[in-house]
Amino acid sequence: MSADWPILSVTIWLPIIGGLLVLMSGDKAPNVSRWAALWVAILTFVVSIPLYAGFDSSTAQMQFVENVPWIPMFEVNYHLGVDGISMPLILLTTFITVLVIIAGWEVIQYKPSQYMEAFLIMEGVMVGVFSALDAMLFYVFWEAMLIPMFVIIGIWGGPRRVYATIKFFLYTFLGSVFMLVALIYMYFKSGSMGILAFHDLQLDLTEQILIFIAFLLAFAVKVPMWPVHTWLPDAHVEAPTGGSVILAAIMLKIGGYGFLRFSLPITPDASHTLDWLIIGMSLIAVVYIGFVALVQQDMKKLIAYSSIAHMGFVTLGFFIVFMIFARTEVDSGAILGVQGGMVQMISHGFISAAMFLCVGVLYDRLHSREISDYGGVVNVMPWFAVFMVFFAMANAGLPGTSGFVGEFMVILASFRADFWFAVLAATTLIVGAAYTLWMVKRVVFGEVTSEGVAALQDINAREALVLTSLAIAVLALGLWPAPLIEVMDASIGNLVQHIGVSKL
Amino acid sequence: MQYDLISLQPVMPEIFMLGAACLVLVVDLFLTQRTRMWTYGLTLATLLGAIALTAWAAGPERQVLFDGSYVRDPVSDVLKIALLTITVFVMVYARDYLLQRGIYRGEFYTLALFASLGMMIMASAGNFLTVYLGLELLALSMYALVAFDRDSVKGSEAAMKYFVLGALASGLLLYGMSMLYGATGTLNLAAMSEVIAAGKAEETVLVFGLVFVVIGIAFKFGAVPFHMWVPDVYDGAPTAVTLFLGSAPKIAAFALAIRLLADGAGGLSAHWSDMLIILAVASLAIGNIVAIAQTNVKRMLAYSTISHVGFIFLGFVAADGRGYGAALFYTVVYALTAAGGFGLLTILSRKGVDAETLDDLKGLNDRSPWLAGMMLLILFSMAGVPPTVGFFAKLFVLDAVVQVDMVWLAIVAVFFSIIGAYYYLRAIKMMYFDKPIDDHPIVASVDSRVAMSVNGLAVLLLGIFPTALLQACRTAFGG
Repeated sequence: MSADWPILSVTIWLPIIGGLLVLMSGDKAPNVSRWAALWVAILTFVVSIPLYAGFDSSTAQMQFVENVPWIPMFEVNYHLGVDGISMPLILLTTFITVLVIIAGWEVIQYKPSQYMEAFLIMEGVMVGVFSALDAMLFYVFWEAMLIPMFVIIGIWGGPRRVYATIKFFLYTFLGSVFMLVALIYMYFKSGSMGILAFHDLQLDLTEQILIFIAFLLAFAVKVPMWPVHTWLPDAHVEAPTGGSVILAAIMLKIGGYGFLRFSLPITPDASHTLDWLIIGMSLIAVVYIGFVALVQQDMKKLIAYSSIAHMGFVTLGFFIVFMIFARTEVDSGAILGVQGGMVQMISHGFISAAMFLCVGVLYDRLHSREISDYGGVVNVMPWFAVFMVFFAMANAGLPGTSGFVGEFMVILASFRADFWFAVLAATTLIVGAAYTLWMVKRVVFGEVTSEGVAALQDINAREALVLTSLAIAVLALGLWPAPLIEVMDASIGNLVQHIGVSKL
Repeated sequence: MQYDLISLQPVMPEIFMLGAACLVLVVDLFLTQRTRMWTYGLTLATLLGAIALTAWAAGPERQVLFDGSYVRDPVSDVLKIALLTITVFVMVYARDYLLQRGIYRGEFYTLALFASLGMMIMASAGNFLTVYLGLELLALSMYALVAFDRDSVKGSEAAMKYFVLGALASGLLLYGMSMLYGATGTLNLAAMSEVIAAGKAEETVLVFGLVFVVIGIAFKFGAVPFHMWVPDVYDGAPTAVTLFLGSAPKIAAFALAIRLLADGAGGLSAHWSDMLIILAVASLAIGNIVAIAQTNVKRMLAYSTISHVGFIFLGFVAADGRGYGAALFYTVVYALTAAGGFGLLTILSRKGVDAETLDDLKGLNDRSPWLAGMMLLILFSMAGVPPTVGFFAKLFVLDAVVQVDMVWLAIVAVFFSIIGAYYYLRAIKMMYFDKPIDDHPIVASVDSRVAMSVNGLAVLLLGIFPTALLQACRTAFGG
């Protein structure tokens, strides 16, 4: 269905233009820019709700479509639309941005208007990435994302921020330019820049493999997959809390989304031929990176590594599809894997955001992220401890929280592919619990270890509001994931059917 | 032969420029330092008038005057409007700088106008003599401009280097032209193209001459390995002159290449496109890698220019309308961003202190967030990051290259752009993440601030709406 007004365009441009206005308001009256930014973010969230409310989950067709010629000489269109895969991610983006704005309220004292502006522009651009149906438009948004993030990490980040942000930028830039060459190549093959036209483009196996690799470079860096994950811990550690939240909750998802929107449907045979590679990289991420997380001394680094491990589940869920095809005739297992990956993405969006915000709460008070500087926080910050423990449980995949649902679905699907994949993937339930809960034990429980900790103040209303909203989301998705799965069902069914048909 | 006035319509912009430049020269004689504002105003009026006249004379058809030595076609229209517009920006940025340096003299404007006239003539050249005439008018004005701050030792040295190497390049170009003339028996580019197409000329002589012509063009562009003069001259010249030298003449160099290679030697494209591949790859590699090692902003931007020239040549490699259109788009966009980049340097330079090292950019965001924001856009555009127009410039060139089945060349190009991104990022890092070394407030006149804003926003808006400019560049080559 299509609405009477361009919901997607408004969701993209409202925060961008709002962000520019906030920037112009300047830093003379910081509260004005804070409130203005908050209202823009809330308004954007409200505007994006009709995407869910008016969504027709019975069809895999693109909805809320807008299509206007943009660069006619290149057949490039301003073509927007969402299906069940992208719509939840857009809502995640608009929701998390509101929280990020609130979370940065008093914390950011240096140039608050630029800070708020960067996040609002970031929001619009990310919504653009998820809703673009034209490859060139997608690419423009995809790259444009780097600029605000570069600035966010570089200005408001920690001591090694410059190193981290340049590494982040160059890593992702390197990944994506090869995708650009692949897109241009396909443009000449198909005479169109439409992503949906690329889905139907016939390509032989060599072409597919080359294109697949170009996409892999772009998306694997973004996800990030082992072994191109090294930028992430640096970027996360140095980024301000809000930057970490956006990175973990949304930007990583863009990599996963790219696999679903580009790699799988455009190059199904290459994906099939090389699925061992992705599965291998995913399992290494799940198992090895899990152990790496275990030994971290820095809380943010630990959560960053845990993000990589969790994203390993996402890519695993997406690429076991072909093995399931080979073993059974029924598609349902394949659908389960992809759905599990999607649920994992949304759930990780909430949980990782919450975890980073929790660390941010501590960091704002003690200016340290070292686990060893804390201990016995529960004695002075009981309310905070409740949230921290709850989110840690969710991160470890406790049933009843959203963390469990996605992991369980992916493990279940892995069983249909190969028993040993499932066994390896399931180790995360142990390792994940180990690193998260051990950190919580050292930070939250025990005796108060230092004077700094003894002087801590419990969370204020602003922080409580942010964490409560995330807790509700985590619980809701964990107890009753049906609405989310229902929305994705038709689109994922269609996708799985599409990639089941060889292009050769 | 009879000329009535209307048949001179296509050449009106040049006639107007010539007259107005002489007028500025004379008027300036009667002005004192305090009333020199008039020279500045008249210069801007002349440039704007020339833009208007060019637009008035523009049209889709090709008009040939003076026995084929002058051509007015859509290509020349686009080139002239672009180079005059860039020159307007240059004049606005330059004024403050000249005033503070004590070299605010009428000659600057007269020379700049004559240089622009030379560029216009190159854009409309129909035979070798016109090409050479325009080229020398541009080059001689430029030599004088580089030495404009005559008390500066560095400036004089730069001017000498530029003069000697420039003269050498002109010599090589002339030698190549003489070979082509010998082989085809004509100086007229269109006629030459016919002779080559008919296969009546000795190919060995043609290719021999072509090598020298390509070398001449590469010299004027500053492509590797003929790039040695670029960093020294950019560094030595007063920043206001570097600003001029680094922007509009690139469009003129494009005109030189398009007239000689495409119009004249189009039939030999198989030969020259191979030569250009070598030049392009070498320029991309040397330009981007050496720029990383620079601590002087002007030298860094000089090497960055060299790498951008590599991209422009890639557009030529395709040797078809699509490629030329892409190269034209790239050249215009590059000139616009270069004007902005050097323009900022002129704004940052204060009395007695030139903004030269990268350290001078430090903390710009603290000193002036707006200027920093504009420079951010310009630097990202040079790096080729969307949504700025620099991305589309690169995209269109890559598109032209992939279209002629040279995917490997596209991959080489993007590979070096990643390396290039690093030093632009470093400059942005200085502006945004470092504390200012010099926290004097930035003194900039209203007109240069406005120009900077227009320049920066143009980079963004052309990135969001690239269609109009691309359309103009494409249709100029019948695409």
